[in-house]
Amino acid sequence: MKTIIPRNTIDKMATVMLWASAASAMLLLSYIIGYILLNGMWVVNLSFLLESPRLSGAEGGIFPAIVGTLALVAVAIITAVPVGIGAAIYLTSYAPDNALTRTINFGVECLAGIPSVVIGLFGYAFLVIYLGFGFSILAGGLSLMFMILPWTVRTSEEAIKTVPMELSEGSLALGATKWQTIRRVVIPSAIPGITTGVILGIGKAIGETAVIMYTAGSSLLLPHSIFDPVRTLPYHLYILASEGISGKMAYGTAVVLLGMVFAINLLAVAIQRRYESKEVK
Amino acid sequence: MNQRTSERIIEVSLFLAALLAIVIVLLILLFLIKEGAPVLIKFGLRDFVLGMNWNPIAIVGEPSYGIFPMVVGSIYIAIGALILSIPFGVASAVFLIEIAPGWAQSVIRRGIELLVGIPSVVLGFVGLVLLVPLIRHTFGGCGFSILAGSIILAIMALPHIITISADAIANVPTSTREASLALGATRWQTIRHVILPSARSGIVAAVILGMGNSIGETMAVLMVTGNTPILPEPIYNVLDPVRTMTSNIVIEMNYAAPGDHQQALFATGIVLFLMVAILNAISHTIIRSKRVSTR
Repeated sequence: MKTIIPRNTIDKMATVMLWASAASAMLLLSYIIGYILLNGMWVVNLSFLLESPRLSGAEGGIFPAIVGTLALVAVAIITAVPVGIGAAIYLTSYAPDNALTRTINFGVECLAGIPSVVIGLFGYAFLVIYLGFGFSILAGGLSLMFMILPWTVRTSEEAIKTVPMELSEGSLALGATKWQTIRRVVIPSAIPGITTGVILGIGKAIGETAVIMYTAGSSLLLPHSIFDPVRTLPYHLYILASEGISGKMAYGTAVVLLGMVFAINLLAVAIQRRYESKEVK
Repeated sequence: MNQRTSERIIEVSLFLAALLAIVIVLLILLFLIKEGAPVLIKFGLRDFVLGMNWNPIAIVGEPSYGIFPMVVGSIYIAIGALILSIPFGVASAVFLIEIAPGWAQSVIRRGIELLVGIPSVVLGFVGLVLLVPLIRHTFGGCGFSILAGSIILAIMALPHIITISADAIANVPTSTREASLALGATRWQTIRHVILPSARSGIVAAVILGMGNSIGETMAVLMVTGNTPILPEPIYNVLDPVRTMTSNIVIEMNYAAPGDHQQALFATGIVLFLMVAILNAISHTIIRSKRVSTR
């Protein structure tokens, strides 16, 4: 005999299930982050952060990897930001609606979709070998730039699009040229959005591994110039864990890496908040 | 310099900045083909993609370059990840838009942001120290497996699936929702028979995009799947180790000598690039056609 369950009961059951699925997703996330933090926070102290590794990372600290990470991200951001914002300004304010513009948009979409390991291969063949940069901060940083450029273009475009038309029209009506309008009116209004995008881009770049493995090298020495090889935190973590060098050091490195990424995300949220609260006033 | 010339110079330099994205994409294609095509021509595209035997450093006999087990490995793990993440992801998206009170919404949105921010190598590390031993003790085998790769990739895909599905669900007009409720349908009936069907194409786009991302993912998969370049035995055994195309590139670039071996890795990159590009194109087409049709 088939029993018919009242539909209100089904509705209640479904609601419970939906609560449960969202709650378990959040529990899983807290478990992952909690597990890393609980195992790794005992390792992190000042000497861990500021000392060089000994015995290929089994002892000592991770200072060169922190320096390496920051150096690569700096090269990537310094090159990606002007180009990305420039491209965004062109696409939002100058680009005519023609085949070339559509091709540019398609190119940005394509670049965003290319798997990071393929960008790494390209960085190796083009920057390391063909241009002769060798395994270096420069080659690794530029490869990272290829990776975050589409993100920078898209987030800057979004930020510029939110600037009300009336503002730029007002400026043009006062006799300002197009570039004066963009520089003095559009960009200043879009800057919070652009900054948030750039900061989130830094967060993405810090954690990236496959792109820099065969472009930045894996040296544990402190670099002296942008032509020196470096090892980044994620690569260091990978080597510590996969070669079984030291579980303890791997947890510590993971905590530092997570800490950097989360701090950057918090900063982005804070900027967004501040901007939004200003807008309401 | 008069104002008009300087305006013109600025416009041209902005145009060049915009052009750079295409230039980079073309350079990537050029270098992939330059480095990878010779080996494809030498051994034949069919034998490369469908060849069962990957043995680049042959001690006895000729080396062979067949990446079929890795193509299967990549697709296998990506599909496994989707099977695990879609029910969770869509349910969480429905919850987020239709049911969650304000506080739960902000908790979930913050959680998604955190999850997106976790570097893949950290997730791979968690997989290595938590998931692999768990699978080894629960199901036997070595623990490094298709299952482990799929679970880690599912966790990575989850935030993207939730975000895009939630957008699709939020785009269902309120009037549709209200009409269903006014006819006496319960909230669940409305979700199941009205909202999910209207949001379907957006959700499908999310799934295909997730598939492309999963196939292109490297570090997390590399650390938990064991990386043996052979098909699982039997083929449905999800506890067997497997190697993906991305792992193949990363592992062997370490010691591949310039020549056929290194070129074969670039050729793997070409196949990977094409697969991901096709999936992305399909997904973008669905998203775009949906945008047009809702207008």
